[in-house]
Amino acid sequence: MADQMQLYEVFIRSRRGLDHKHVGSLHADDAIQALEYARDVYTRRGEGVSIWVVASRDITASQESDCESFYDPLDDKPYRHAAMYALPEGVDSL
Amino acid sequence: MKSDDPVTRYALRLGDDALILGHRLSEWMSRAPFLEEDIALGNVALDFIGRARLFYQYAAERVGGGVTEDTFAYTRDVREFTNLLLCELPRGDFAFTLCRQFLYDAFSLPFTEALAGSADSRLAAIGAKAVKESRYHLRRSRDWIVRLGDGTEESHRRCQQALDELWIYTGEMFETDQLIDELVALGVAVDTAELRRCWIETVSETLRAATLTPPTATADVSGGRRGIHTDDLGFLLAELQFMQRAYPGLQW
Repeated sequence: MADQMQLYEVFIRSRRGLDHKHVGSLHADDAIQALEYARDVYTRRGEGVSIWVVASRDITASQESDCESFYDPLDDKPYRHAAMYALPEGVDSL
Repeated sequence: MKSDDPVTRYALRLGDDALILGHRLSEWMSRAPFLEEDIALGNVALDFIGRARLFYQYAAERVGGGVTEDTFAYTRDVREFTNLLLCELPRGDFAFTLCRQFLYDAFSLPFTEALAGSADSRLAAIGAKAVKESRYHLRRSRDWIVRLGDGTEESHRRCQQALDELWIYTGEMFETDQLIDELVALGVAVDTAELRRCWIETVSETLRAATLTPPTATADVSGGRRGIHTDDLGFLLAELQFMQRAYPGLQW
């Protein structure tokens, strides 16, 4: 049965979290069932308050071979990084 | 640990329903059709076993004298169990298990909602906790009935067959007897006869969506509340109680 099913990626937002984080994947017949299984498989210990499921086939991913052209050119442009700035007090989610 | 106290007897009935159904679900562990469903079934089983513990703990407190939740679960014999027959039927195939679950969940949701309004504060608290679980259980089992019923030719056939086999056991959920009448008058017990209309609505709507045919039962089978069970409960208890029977008082 599992071989006829779709793969879904599961994202959970924790109780105090601000964003959904990828926690894993699962098989399901459709998105509705994927959401229920995500609840059963990934929130058993009170991990989350919100779930997203996305069909894995809908994700377009960068490739290992893209690394050189994607990221290396940024190495010599330190002025683009915010690393030099001191974080003002009260800002803790930047 | 036989008790004449009506509230204790009532709590034991509800505890027995939950324990036996929970055990039947737990039999699927490592045997479900695929991993996600295995975990999901395990969650539901644990919900019911947890619910059984709450009812048994309350009954044990009322009985006193060193009786615990384990006394009820592990040392009573078949005739002392007062669960619905529906809960004890062997798990059958996946369609049978989910069909049984759906028929019970469609009852359990309005039941726990009503129990939350019990004049007995402990039963009301257990009901209030169970409502949330029951809502999810029903969502899950209803979903499966539609998938199986409106699925392949084989899943439809198996689901219809399970439904036909189970139908005669559903009437027992709505039966009343002297104990229920007595406790309903006190506002303690749920008048299950009043839940029947709600149950029929949920079931009819779901069967329509699942392209399944509502069975026309010719008779209702009952007896569980009086301790008269199918042969299958004895085998279930033999497995459930083996450790405590062989090594009384054994602790993990």
